[in-house]
Amino acid sequence: MIVTYALIFAFACFGFGLLSTMWRMLIGPTQADRILALDTMVINFIALIVLYGIWQGTALYFEASMLIAMVGFVSTVALCRFVLRGDIIE
Amino acid sequence: MLRRVFPHPILSLTLVIVWLMLVNKVTLGNLFLGVLFGVVIPVMTAPYWPNRPKLRAPLMAVEYALVVLWDIIVANFEVAAIVLFKRNDRIRSQWVVVPLELRSPEAITVLAGTITMTPGTVSATLAADGGSLLVHALHTDDPDAVRDEIKTRYERRLMEIFR
Amino acid sequence: MDQDLSLLAELLVAFFLVIGGFFALVGSIGLIRLQNTLQRLHAPTKATTVGVGGALIGSMLYFLLIENQLSFHELLITLFLFLTAPITANFIAKTYMQDKVRRKDLPESGRDYGWALYDHPPEMTEEGK
Repeated sequence: MIVTYALIFAFACFGFGLLSTMWRMLIGPTQADRILALDTMVINFIALIVLYGIWQGTALYFEASMLIAMVGFVSTVALCRFVLRGDIIE
Repeated sequence: MLRRVFPHPILSLTLVIVWLMLVNKVTLGNLFLGVLFGVVIPVMTAPYWPNRPKLRAPLMAVEYALVVLWDIIVANFEVAAIVLFKRNDRIRSQWVVVPLELRSPEAITVLAGTITMTPGTVSATLAADGGSLLVHALHTDDPDAVRDEIKTRYERRLMEIFR
Repeated sequence: MDQDLSLLAELLVAFFLVIGGFFALVGSIGLIRLQNTLQRLHAPTKATTVGVGGALIGSMLYFLLIENQLSFHELLITLFLFLTAPITANFIAKTYMQDKVRRKDLPESGRDYGWALYDHPPEMTEEGK
């Protein structure tokens, strides 16, 4: 029962996090801000998936969150490199 | 003989643990498969590790990890207080220059990562010859104190680990 | 006795979930209200990482204590995030600095060479690399 309330609280927090990253991504103002917002969005999303796994009582979503973590990291680095050097693999 | 089977013992151990974590069940079969990966992958990738850093003091590394973990937790509360309760015009962000005594690239990487993970400081860039590190501090009145803390708390330990 | 233990377990799981949620909240508030990009870089990269760590540890404890099945693969994500967060933070900082921060805004490096973002490194010798 307590866990349910804690879960709802955590859902609300990470959901608010997603909204704030979206806001930051819309208003910018620099490119770095937008990349930072994307990165934070991915991290918030991982947490939401894990929380959904607890909610459903299954460990099935673990692979999804692991893959999203990896793709998020690689895409952030690729974006930064593209902005920094104009090329991803030199 | 042992050196030939396990050219890179820490990598082998990491591979076994990561494999067990990935399958999420500790059974004899999984352990066997993990050990198989731990033996085969370091042998196959050995040519790509021409000169890897030597870990002199594994126990010191464990202590370092615990210290850093504790600092992350404590400092996160400090940053939370700054973010939540400090007015924007009162937040004084500053650049801090940390001269480095560490020379090996791996040790500098670990130090930079540690500085970034302990909240309140982000390592921004390195001098072109790798001799000093530029750190951005979220809120500090005394940049010298930040620099000294980094040097005594983290760099001194890393010096002993990566000697 | 058994009831007490399960209550304790629930409290523990709830504690970690609430801590995780709280730090995620701090991270996103920081992302919204701090003033310049480098300050904003501080809040999410760390607070959110710890927030996700809290949620993952909560998940691990939930499956261990309440569902009674050993589950430790959450540690893998936590480790992965803790290893990658500094790298992404550093990349974002460099992206911002190349875009907006000029050489004269920064303190001197105290070395013969300037910061790596603006200066080329000295020629590498074989053993110096």
